Amino acid sequence: MHGYSAFSILRNGLTGQRHWRRAWRSPDPKSAYDVVIVGGGGHGLATAFYLAENHGVRNVAVLEKGYIGGGNVGRNTTIVRSNYRLDGNTQFYEFSMKLWEGLSRALNFNVMFSQRGFLLIANSPGELDTFGYRANVMKLNGIDAELLDREEVRRMVPYLNFSEKALYPVHGALLQGRAGTARHDAVAWGYARAADAYGVDIIQGCEVTGFVRQGERIVGVETTRGRIGAGKVGLAVAGHTSVLAQKAGLELPIESHILQAFVTEPIKPLVHHVVAYGADHFYVSQSDKGGLVFGGGLDGYNSYAQRGNLGVVREVAEASIAMMPCISRLRILRHWGGVMDMTPDGSPIICPTPIDGLYLNGGWCYGGFKATPASGWCFAHMLAKGEVHPLTAAYRLDRFRTGRTIDEAGAGPFTWLQ
Amino acid sequence: MLRIECPCCGPRDHDEFRYGGDASVTRPAYDDPDFEAWYRYVFVRENPAGLHREYWQHVVGCRQWLVVERDTRSHTIASIRFARETRA
Repeated sequence: MHGYSAFSILRNGLTGQRHWRRAWRSPDPKSAYDVVIVGGGGHGLATAFYLAENHGVRNVAVLEKGYIGGGNVGRNTTIVRSNYRLDGNTQFYEFSMKLWEGLSRALNFNVMFSQRGFLLIANSPGELDTFGYRANVMKLNGIDAELLDREEVRRMVPYLNFSEKALYPVHGALLQGRAGTARHDAVAWGYARAADAYGVDIIQGCEVTGFVRQGERIVGVETTRGRIGAGKVGLAVAGHTSVLAQKAGLELPIESHILQAFVTEPIKPLVHHVVAYGADHFYVSQSDKGGLVFGGGLDGYNSYAQRGNLGVVREVAEASIAMMPCISRLRILRHWGGVMDMTPDGSPIICPTPIDGLYLNGGWCYGGFKATPASGWCFAHMLAKGEVHPLTAAYRLDRFRTGRTIDEAGAGPFTWLQ
Repeated sequence: MLRIECPCCGPRDHDEFRYGGDASVTRPAYDDPDFEAWYRYVFVRENPAGLHREYWQHVVGCRQWLVVERDTRSHTIASIRFARETRA
């Protein structure tokens, strides 16, 4: 791999930027691979990278129906945190956080990981109590967590609505100092470039239309660029898991929903952390360009449309100015939608399927971006060794049969309420 | 914004309605001991990219439950009926 360094920037700067090489190849698909990963988003690319890096499996293809960075990896609000309460989630997301902390170095690509701190605001004394419980769970698992009272929150984020008449009064907050944001496109590009350097074929514009079977076993995929044989097939297709799984004859506890995100016109530095509150669903950070990047809840009905409805735009705007009245006159520049795999408990599925040769990585709900490194790491482990990684042991498909659901929100088996 | 033609109240914005999820699943009888049937009813969903039969309740209007047939890719609505009329 042609490494990126201060020296390479200087050299290319002095030679008119004409000698940069393409970050990854655009190969034609071979007739067969040891592993075919369907979906060239963050998770699929990370899986390919860790297959090569950790397990020496390099005869790998990543098939992407669109282009790299065009799906959910480029549509999220870039937040990375590991402040989860329930066993299974807590340890998995903290492992991901640790990978984030070394990711730019591991990939030789600056993913602009910024540990600016994640503040989850408590709007009632009861909520603050549950945050205390969550902070204890985090600390027992070796994760940094701090419970702040109202005055400490005010010193950190004085622009919130601290008025006595606030619709959502501030009673305190749960702070995770190591949490923050990362540049989401850079994550896709960095993993793609690093995987490509190991010889992984990244094939864009290649949609999987069906599966090739030999007896009960899946031995390849039919694509818009022909049949491709595979020792193992891994699905990492974000919002379209159900569509692909149906082609394999697999029924899943997943529904697809739209989640919207928004960015305002750029302003001077105002929001120095990631700030969120749950009484009305809202989370915001400020990008390096100065725009406020924020989001809220789901559109609320099944959708594959990749665009959202205006009712939610209004709700999220109301939630934003209830918490931050000072931004009421900011204009929203853009809003967009991504298709989420929503599971009935709000937690993901990384699991072998009942079909031989087919492995599933999906159901990421809201949590996909922050999970990217650990998801790739554990899915690669499963594909290389044929066994479940201990950190994803709880993310089994059969947990819905056995009652071992991981319902962080406590919302019941309704995908659109998670 | 979806516009749902309520058979009772006429065309209304969807945020007057509450979403009730997939209407194609059937609830087993209360005394049905078949675990698989209950598992499928609670969790398994077809989740089609295309026509989807789903429940909506007109909560700020007539409060009737409707079954709406809608394309999940384009949001085009193919049919709307009272849920009670769709019961077998």
